[in-house]
Amino acid sequence: MTSVAQSNRYRDDGRDPLSQEELVAAARDGDQQAFEELVRQTYVATYTLAFRLTGNEEDARDVVQETYLRAWKAIRRFRGDAQFSTWLYRITANTSSSMTQRRSRNRTDSLDDQGPEVVDDRPFANPEASSEASALHQRLSEAVAELPPKLRAIVVLKDVYDLPHEAIAEELGISVAAAKVRLHRARKRLRDVLFEERGGVARAV
Amino acid sequence: MLLVRCEDVALILPRAVDVGEPVEEAVQHHVNSCLVCQAELARYHKLLKALRTMRTQLVMPAPGTLAMTLAALQEAQERRAIRSLVSGRRGAYIGAIGGAAVAAGAAAAAVALARRRAPRLAG
Repeated sequence: MTSVAQSNRYRDDGRDPLSQEELVAAARDGDQQAFEELVRQTYVATYTLAFRLTGNEEDARDVVQETYLRAWKAIRRFRGDAQFSTWLYRITANTSSSMTQRRSRNRTDSLDDQGPEVVDDRPFANPEASSEASALHQRLSEAVAELPPKLRAIVVLKDVYDLPHEAIAEELGISVAAAKVRLHRARKRLRDVLFEERGGVARAV
Repeated sequence: MLLVRCEDVALILPRAVDVGEPVEEAVQHHVNSCLVCQAELARYHKLLKALRTMRTQLVMPAPGTLAMTLAALQEAQERRAIRSLVSGRRGAYIGAIGGAAVAAGAAAAAVALARRRAPRLAG
């Protein structure tokens, strides 16, 4: 069994740390520290998806916690057919869906809420050189956040995270046909918001 | 050939923009020859491209999110360990009690058998 203690020792020795596959294997064997290391490596990505699905920080934090609790309980059953990140995305989607259904939608958002900081992790991303693109992305993020939760979940999972329709349908508890219909509705709404028609001429952003 | 209008195509494009999604020949023919529909298709391509790049835009959680997550995880792990310890001990206790009961039963049976076999004194 690979222990994360080994991983830490390797780091101290200046050697390569354990890969994610090795950490997953150790976690499957019950190594709690290996699982915690996986949490450290993946929690920002998990939070990002949770935030995009729930649309608010508080729910996103709760979804992240619940996702990792569920993942820890289920890690022995993770066969490695998919990437660990994809497996986590599916758990996040399922957790978020359950929470969205459970929570009341009467929440009133704080007026001075500025939202969380968004960081672009693309290599060599140059914000100054892509002001038009970043305006489009900003508008798109807002448009996605304004979608009804059921449409937002589908478009985020399919068009942003590229999960297959079958997996999305399974995690959200709907049919594949319903998932496709919702996706097309969501795309149409986003298209209408982003490329608003003015006098017959489409206007981006 | 079936007459296709731009309004009909507009309804199909959110689906047709997916790679590999089957599109009727008449619709394909219309789009190939209609600048309005081509522009509409280009908007959907631009939308999908922008959506894909959202994946690289990470949303930073508030400070303390990681610590809270790890604490919740450790608490759950401890609860699980305690539960497993308790259920293990419970099993041992039940096993011991069961064993004692069986032993007592066997002893009682042996005594009863011995009494039956013992020669009775003539009165």
